[in-house]
Amino acid sequence: MAAPLTLLLIVAVTIRAVLFRSSLAELISARVEVVSPLNAWKRVVEGLALLDLGVSPYSGDVFHEVTDGITALALYLSIQTYNKDVFRKQKYALESDRYSADCLELLRSPKEMFYIPLKVAMFYLLNPFTILSCVAKSTCGLNNAIIALFIFCTLKGSALLSGILLALATYQSIYPLTLFAPALLFFLQRLYIPVNLRRSSFWFFTLQYAFMYVGSLVVITGLSFFLLGSWDFIPSVYGFIFSVPDLTPNIGLFWYFFAEMFEHFRLFFSCVFQINVFFYTIPLSIKLKEHPVFLIFMQIAIISIFKSYPTVGDVALYMAFLPAWSHLYRFLRNIFLVSCVLLACSALFPVLWHLWIYAGSANSNFYYAITLLFNFGQILLVADYFYAYLRREHHLTHGLYLKKKDGTEATLVLK
Amino acid sequence: MLILSSLLLFILTTHSEALTPAAARDEFQEELVIRPLHSGDIYASFQFRTLWDTDFLQEGQKVSHYRLFPKSLGQVLSKFSVRELHISFTQGFWRTMQWGQPFIPSPPGAELWVWFHDTVSDVDGNWKELTNVLSGIFCASLNFIDLTNTVQPSASFKPLGLGNATDHRFLRYATLPREIVCTENLTPWKKLLPCGSKAGLAVLMKSEKLFHSSFHSQAVHIRPICQDEQCSSKAWELRQTLNVVFDLHTSGQGKKEWSLFKMFSRTLTEACPLASSSKVYVDITDNPELFELSPATPLLGQAVVLGDRRTYSVYDLSRAETFGQLRSFNLLLRDMLRPLLHAERYVAGFGLQTGEIHTVIYNNHPYRAFPVLLMDSVPWYLQLYIHTLTVTSKSRDNKPSYIHYQPAKDRHRPHLLEMLIQLPPHSMTEVTVQFERALLKWTEYTPDPNHGFYVGSSVVSALVPSMVAMRTNFTQDQPLFSSFVPVKEESSYFVRVYTEPLLVNLPTPDFSMPYNVICLTCTVVAVGYGSFYNLLTRTFQVDEPSPPLSKRLANLIRRMRGVPLLT
Repeated sequence: MAAPLTLLLIVAVTIRAVLFRSSLAELISARVEVVSPLNAWKRVVEGLALLDLGVSPYSGDVFHEVTDGITALALYLSIQTYNKDVFRKQKYALESDRYSADCLELLRSPKEMFYIPLKVAMFYLLNPFTILSCVAKSTCGLNNAIIALFIFCTLKGSALLSGILLALATYQSIYPLTLFAPALLFFLQRLYIPVNLRRSSFWFFTLQYAFMYVGSLVVITGLSFFLLGSWDFIPSVYGFIFSVPDLTPNIGLFWYFFAEMFEHFRLFFSCVFQINVFFYTIPLSIKLKEHPVFLIFMQIAIISIFKSYPTVGDVALYMAFLPAWSHLYRFLRNIFLVSCVLLACSALFPVLWHLWIYAGSANSNFYYAITLLFNFGQILLVADYFYAYLRREHHLTHGLYLKKKDGTEATLVLK
Repeated sequence: MLILSSLLLFILTTHSEALTPAAARDEFQEELVIRPLHSGDIYASFQFRTLWDTDFLQEGQKVSHYRLFPKSLGQVLSKFSVRELHISFTQGFWRTMQWGQPFIPSPPGAELWVWFHDTVSDVDGNWKELTNVLSGIFCASLNFIDLTNTVQPSASFKPLGLGNATDHRFLRYATLPREIVCTENLTPWKKLLPCGSKAGLAVLMKSEKLFHSSFHSQAVHIRPICQDEQCSSKAWELRQTLNVVFDLHTSGQGKKEWSLFKMFSRTLTEACPLASSSKVYVDITDNPELFELSPATPLLGQAVVLGDRRTYSVYDLSRAETFGQLRSFNLLLRDMLRPLLHAERYVAGFGLQTGEIHTVIYNNHPYRAFPVLLMDSVPWYLQLYIHTLTVTSKSRDNKPSYIHYQPAKDRHRPHLLEMLIQLPPHSMTEVTVQFERALLKWTEYTPDPNHGFYVGSSVVSALVPSMVAMRTNFTQDQPLFSSFVPVKEESSYFVRVYTEPLLVNLPTPDFSMPYNVICLTCTVVAVGYGSFYNLLTRTFQVDEPSPPLSKRLANLIRRMRGVPLLT
């Protein structure tokens, strides 16, 4: 498997290198869908220039290709580990007769799972969103790399490294805080500690892991304080993320909402929108406590849909996981609609942006509409995969071919 | 035998001049006079003169070999026995009070006056045919000239050339004030020139510039003249004149800076090869101090014109060095009023996302360099990128010796940029910085958001070297206008120059949409919430269809009776 992966890496690096050298690099690094005020390279360079007027800014395209490579490699190895895990759990479940008799076709075989890690790496590296992010020199690539490394360390079982990387990811943008729960659940599952709030072993491990995480976070924050000499960076970075002062259009839902809001309600709606990102964690953790890796996927997806300055690089990260759930294909209900919506919106974003900003023949409503549709498509995608996952679990325990009381074929509904 | 034939050939060749009739000599001269007028406009007068030693009116001898003289006019002269022909086409009215006297006067519209030869028997018939033929040559509607608008002035239009006949029966004069001059009239007029419009001064005559002027007049004057003082030989003179006055505001963009390129959108590359003399005269009598001429020329000429002795700078186009290394002659007249320091500012770029502010500072001192302090205050919603700041003088990088930059804080304070730049002498310095435009909250826009947002002027402060020593001691009886700024040193004075303010458009949201936006966004969030809520709180169950109404009613009654229910 090393050879196909190497080939994939070479192809990916070539595409990025070609795009870097072409004239498209300038164009792409100015696109609002790809860079946001939080992660634009122009802002990094500006910051460096402000620090030392006269120093020529670092161009650094190699740096961005390397982060993409790290992410892909980390995802590849994580999914490989995960697959082994899945197969092992399936074996135990089969041996303990937890699955019903007629769900043989739902079981996963090593043959089917063999190419999944490569597909995951490919989905990440060759995703046009990732390529655009890389060529635009957005720091999103670095964010994705750290999250991917965090996933890798978690799946490998190293709690300390996982805590440190999660702290690093949280330090960059505060939303990965919600990934604490799935990581914790994974470790508990791996160490065979039951998730029971009354058991002391649960609390013991939770406190250990929390201590490692919070400790690393404190160390990193303290380091920043000593480097910069003041606490100014806390309100300017985290305050910026939470209060959304910069209304530059992006692919998210926030910018137009806050541009058109009455001043009176600004605080209320900021709180509502930010709570919206965090508050799915607990319910999802309760529902998916047996399946922490899927929970990580759901969490990352929710973060990239509802965060305050989303870019296509964030979208690319959770889309990379989709080949890992390719066995759910038969239960997906809306996949054609969702893929059409996402493709159409991706094509329409630059067109309507150009019509608004340069041609002057459209206005902001056009771009906003496509934003709405894009996010709607993403929500449908995530909800669909969630539905399919839950349904497969249901079928595994209750049987695939269900019958009604009178013996005819039954339909499953959510009640 | 051989010697005899060669001797015969030799005799024949030496006497060949006596055998063939003498070829008529013709000569062509072209000239352009440029005279800056008091009102800031500029007056250019072209004259093309062809002199021909021939006699059109001689009986029996038909002139057939035309070289420099246009054949169409020659045939007109001989057919209608014309002694003098003057025709002019003018657009606009010559404003004597503002512009002085023209070299060749003409009334608005078309004017034609002709002296016929005294051998003509039917002058009116000739006049009618002549007007028709001329209207064909010049593509003008001169055929409207008929007896109703023709007069025979008895005293006013005496012949301008040779001719002792003063019988005014042979004179005809007509004007068409309504006649419009346009390119269709200019083109045949240009075709009459020996070099056409391909070489010499006639290349400057492009209709898009000539007709975009305050006054335009083209004329043809044909008359017989004496070749020398004793008038031993006569010649025909054809003068084609074109007078044009360019307006300061329409063609000059309000700046008293004229050049051949600005007036005619062409430069001169060569003299007409058929011309014996090709010259450009610039009238420098009025204000030798007030404008400068480039390229400089040592040739000066004086002439008495319209009762006034005037001095001219002369450029001889037949000399190759007039055209310089670039083989192109572009005359520049520049107003000498050049302030030592001035600055301009503008916004470059397109679209509503990014832009560039350019500040241009001019140092017009010929040899002294001095530093200036540039202060820029840019509002926070134009996010400046200081790493894109470039300062160039004479297309080379010029690093400022002092930069103070305070970045903006969104909605708290604007950008402040102060720089000390050394301006090289006689140069233009350009400061550019890129910026990005922000989308504001809808309440932060002005009531007319599409008008744009104003950016205040940049301030350029400098100590400019002074030509005149100034007194630094305090005196009571100085006039107010010279005592505003305290004088600290003798050799320089403090000056503050403000640039133009900028008007920048920002992307605007749709102001009619707040409620709609809130509803739509909350709808999408609610769709997400709803899907997740469903999946989190509900479980999969086999769908048992609900029993029909009759069965449900029956079950209800059975329950009341306490009897087992139906399935």
